[in-house]
Amino acid sequence: MKSLRLYALAYLAFLYLPVLVLPVFSFNNSEFIAFPLSGFTIRWYQGLAADTAMQHALGNSLKVGFATALLSTMLGLAAARAVTRYRLKGAGAALGFISLPLFIPDIVLALSLMLLLGAGGLPLSLAAVVLGHLLICVPFALTVLIARFEGFDRNLEEASADLGEDPLMTFWRVTFPLMLPGIVASLLLTFITSFDEFLLAFFLSGTEATLPVYIWGQLRFPERLPMVLALGALILTASVALVILAEYVRNLGAQKTTVGA
Amino acid sequence: MAQTGRNSAEGYGLIAPALGVMALGLAAPLALLLITSLKTQSGLGFAQGWTLAQYAAVIGRASYRVLFLRSLLISGAVTLLTVALAYPVAYFVAFHARRKFVWLVALTIPFWTSYLLRVFAWKIILGFNGLINSGLMRLHLIHEPLSFLLYNPFAVVVTLAHAWAAFAILPIYVSLEKIDRSLLEAAADLGDGALRRFLRITLPLSMPGVIGAAILIFVPTTGDYVTPQLVGGPKGAMIANLIEVQFVGAGNWPLGAALSLMGMAMVAVIAGLFVMAARAGAKAAR
Amino acid sequence: MSFLFIRGLSKSFGGPPVVDAVSLEVEHGEFFALLGPSGCGKTTLLRMIAGFETPDSGTIVMDGETMNQVPPHLRPTNMVFQSYAIFPHLNVFDNIAYGLRKLKLPKPALRTKIEAMLATVRLEGLESRTADQLSGGQRQRVALARALVREPKLLLLDEPLGALDKRLREAMQVELRAIQRKVGITFLLVTHDQEEALSLSDRVAVMGHGKILQVAPPRTLYERPNCREVADFIGEINFFHATVRQIADAGVAVNAGILGLLTLPRPNLADGIREGDHILLAIRPEHVGFADAGIAGEIGAATFLGERNHFQVQIAGRREPVAVSAAAAPAGQAVHLAFPPECLIGLPSE
Repeated sequence: MKSLRLYALAYLAFLYLPVLVLPVFSFNNSEFIAFPLSGFTIRWYQGLAADTAMQHALGNSLKVGFATALLSTMLGLAAARAVTRYRLKGAGAALGFISLPLFIPDIVLALSLMLLLGAGGLPLSLAAVVLGHLLICVPFALTVLIARFEGFDRNLEEASADLGEDPLMTFWRVTFPLMLPGIVASLLLTFITSFDEFLLAFFLSGTEATLPVYIWGQLRFPERLPMVLALGALILTASVALVILAEYVRNLGAQKTTVGA
Repeated sequence: MAQTGRNSAEGYGLIAPALGVMALGLAAPLALLLITSLKTQSGLGFAQGWTLAQYAAVIGRASYRVLFLRSLLISGAVTLLTVALAYPVAYFVAFHARRKFVWLVALTIPFWTSYLLRVFAWKIILGFNGLINSGLMRLHLIHEPLSFLLYNPFAVVVTLAHAWAAFAILPIYVSLEKIDRSLLEAAADLGDGALRRFLRITLPLSMPGVIGAAILIFVPTTGDYVTPQLVGGPKGAMIANLIEVQFVGAGNWPLGAALSLMGMAMVAVIAGLFVMAARAGAKAAR
Repeated sequence: MSFLFIRGLSKSFGGPPVVDAVSLEVEHGEFFALLGPSGCGKTTLLRMIAGFETPDSGTIVMDGETMNQVPPHLRPTNMVFQSYAIFPHLNVFDNIAYGLRKLKLPKPALRTKIEAMLATVRLEGLESRTADQLSGGQRQRVALARALVREPKLLLLDEPLGALDKRLREAMQVELRAIQRKVGITFLLVTHDQEEALSLSDRVAVMGHGKILQVAPPRTLYERPNCREVADFIGEINFFHATVRQIADAGVAVNAGILGLLTLPRPNLADGIREGDHILLAIRPEHVGFADAGIAGEIGAATFLGERNHFQVQIAGRREPVAVSAAAAPAGQAVHLAFPPECLIGLPSE
């Protein structure tokens, strides 16, 4: 249907164009973000290289991102295996509980965690940010990994045992290779989610800002806006690249996990 | 190993860490939130004793009620707009697209980019000296910048609709994809034209996906902070902005807690009513 | 001394027992089948033998060793799974070689061994293919080769031919039997297909509701089922109600209602039946004959099957028609049926 296709394409344009504002104006040779365009420049990107505060925040985001990705994938892996390979009473309720944070506004999550820290006498810190990020990333990891386990003939592990391999070797020779695409996809997606997350970091990071928190702080200075655009453009590019990679990896094994009768 | 039946203990052990984290990060904090909402602020701490005064304040002040109402209306508008605009695209990908995977990835990528940056992009676009205004003025279509674009509910709705646009497609797509194509063939065989087939078969069967998408969008949107803060201005402020004020500096934590819980309760009730109404409507339609 | 010795094995999954106090003995080199309808517990029994399920009670002994505490990877068994469970990330060669890793064979020796096995299951030339490049029958043979190459003392087969079409299934049945004879390993096959069980096995154990109903060679099961369930499950059979009047070594006198007063040979009566008991008289369709005199009846439906034909004959006093299998029927619809007493089996009535 011609018109429907046109509509879909227009929709895609609507999705992407506003976001393209960032890269376009990051090369614009003007401090003002307005039409008309004033010529090409890379000075905003060069400014980023000198911005130590930004780089420090970047470092924090990477630390938090890696920690979150690793922890949420590990927790998600264990939980996914538990739910798909064992008969657990209340599995549905457990999954629902784990997914609950997706239905609660971030600000409520953030503020409740602040209360928790206060009650426990703990300071705001990057560790607190990781905890907050786990709340929203574990459900994602779980979704990806459950799908992966379900598409995985459970007989394969039994066959490996039957053929003489103990549980450790079975994991290494069969489970791990087949789960790997799912694990990689989960790591990538949870990393991106954590890296881009603003609100929880804003309330919980205290003095150590993550990159989105740093950006938020720059927004009230109009002269810094073009550099923010440059930074934003870089982040966007990286995020998109990682997402494409994650989707590609996730579907790599999708055909390969069940081949049976 | 994949030994069913016997090793439930192992299974529980595997899921325990995730549940533990959730208990620590979700259950305990929410319990604390509830407790806090029943206290009053006293200097930097809380006064002794319990009270429902915060909830009374929340319900009692007209400005708060207005804020709740506005948040619900904005969220409702965003949900409606997003779902309505997304449906045709989901339909297209489910029924007419040849490279579905490519389309789906292309449509979901924007969702994975930084939400903060997307809102910021809209701030640039809608601003007084922003892209729309400067562009229209350069083209001599207007002589003065349009002021209605930013710092009002309109900006909030547009920005949020754009933010959720990618996300709404997936649930609707999934339920459309599941529809047995032979049902449509049977309907055609029994005399229904394209429009009738859509209205009598496709639309009703895709409703679970539509409702799912609506709930997934409505619930978090009412509590959104970033968009109203960046593009809403005073006229477009929502509950979250008021809540934040209570917690920052020497605010009123108990009031903030009460506002949070009231907000969540309200949204849960409305979402629940919506789902019940939708189910009843589906039953009646048979 | 039997190879596989099972005593009082039971298992339940939180409800009524799926396997109920099963005892069984399988001899060295036997082709043994566990036969029964879906849900009778045969697969659970097989999985307990393999070590994938833990029995609630009872013992499993293989070649003199008690296996209850031994994990699956240390048992002398290998299994061909119903879904084949071919490793998707390995090719045919690596799949078959998978269980030989611990032997640490030098490459040439390994290659020879695998190639010999490929020849045995007739998969030569396909060693580089992956599972998604194989047909169902080929995958089945990979699963078989993979298990056999380890030279297990007991090969377990879980409905291995279920997913194949009729022609392929029949061809594979012949091959399986040939391979078993050639390799000499004890085979334990689980199936719901009675034709398969009867044609392949030296002995068959018929299971129902978690219990073993009868263990016997195929011919005995067919001719001397010991209960209604077994008689009904194997082939087609007619049942009549009767009462036992007198039991003597010379014969058993029964009052068979519409069939009249009859005397059966003593061996035809199942164990545990006493005088005065109600019983079921069972007779196979091919043993019911058309005669000039006998029980009067009318031919209802007739099905042409080639060399034997199937007739439904309605007789007085019985609502269900009698199934008769004969080369031909007399002309006309009114016929007489003869029930030779030596072909009648007396079974307990439930």
